[in-house]
Amino acid sequence: MSAREAVDWPADIHAALQAAAVRQIAYVPDAGHARLIKLCAADPAMRMVPLTTEEEGIALAAGAWLGGERAVLLMQSSGVGNCINTLGMVEACRFPLLMVVTMRGEFGEFNPWQVPMGRATPAVLDAAQVVVHRASEASAVGAVVAGAARLAFSGYQAVAVLLSQQLIGAKSFEK
Amino acid sequence: MSRANALDRRAVVRTLLHERGTLLVVAGLGAPAWDATAAGDHPLTFPLWGAMGSAAMIGLGLAIAQPERPVLVLTGDGEQLMGLGSLATIGVQRPANLAVAVLDNEHYGETGMQPTATAAGVDLAAIAAGCGFPRSEVIRDMAGVEALRPRLQARHGPLFAEIKIAADSPPLVLPPRDGGLLKSRFRAALLGPDAALA
Repeated sequence: MSAREAVDWPADIHAALQAAAVRQIAYVPDAGHARLIKLCAADPAMRMVPLTTEEEGIALAAGAWLGGERAVLLMQSSGVGNCINTLGMVEACRFPLLMVVTMRGEFGEFNPWQVPMGRATPAVLDAAQVVVHRASEASAVGAVVAGAARLAFSGYQAVAVLLSQQLIGAKSFEK
Repeated sequence: MSRANALDRRAVVRTLLHERGTLLVVAGLGAPAWDATAAGDHPLTFPLWGAMGSAAMIGLGLAIAQPERPVLVLTGDGEQLMGLGSLATIGVQRPANLAVAVLDNEHYGETGMQPTATAAGVDLAAIAAGCGFPRSEVIRDMAGVEALRPRLQARHGPLFAEIKIAADSPPLVLPPRDGGLLKSRFRAALLGPDAALA
């Protein structure tokens, strides 16, 4: 294992969510989120809410905030497109929102159907008034998520952390 | 299906929200939000002016955050049809304190009364039952609505009720439109004034 791979960035994300007192973990699974999902599921302070589609998580996070809890939404970039109209509520009500998005359709992508949404993801989020942070280095991921959580829950912003495909490793069916 | 005996939506909602106690309410986009407002604007009612399909999921996030408080999602057939997957998501979580009541007029009332899927026989109560709601029913008379009201408080859910109402458009009674106000007054009423410092 190289020095770069030795950084356990999913554990760093979990620690950042824990430190930010995030309780509801809404997710549509992605291979890049698999370890984080396991870590959160093993955390008794966190409630796992698997979704049928990503925009459900926007609404869940809004309801959680109304009730005094914090939520995070985990998804892959293809799910960003599903969220657009629901993000309008986040802007109209100024709900805090924290999204952690694993990127597909960029570095080393083998599936052409992933590329259009992957390429559109930062622009789509920007158009929907979501602040976009990018994490490409394993050693930076924890701090980026911690900063995004603070901006979301204390700065009352919608914030998405995009985890680069270089970080996660390109998916392959050839293994 | 005959609509001759369908219920008056305002009477249904007035009955459900009578002496609401500690009930927290999410009112779905369109007429259900107007109905809830007609029953009395309330800081612990969160009415939706957009985000169609989201009402039940907002209710789920709220119900998980506030397990000691009963939560009622009051929405329409068109709104719930757009969020069918949320019934599966709720069926996995099974919060005992969540009730979803769909005011089913079998039409898109805000857009010219086009028929919805329920007009063609799509059975929302059966879908909810199939998603794991332990209690799911179709209500066609006011006795059923009266019987539902105390069960909203009982926290033996999640429960799902599809209430067949007439396809009419009573006078508009609109809640505030400012989302920031709706959010902040809800949190202040539920969590206290310190919620603004969170």
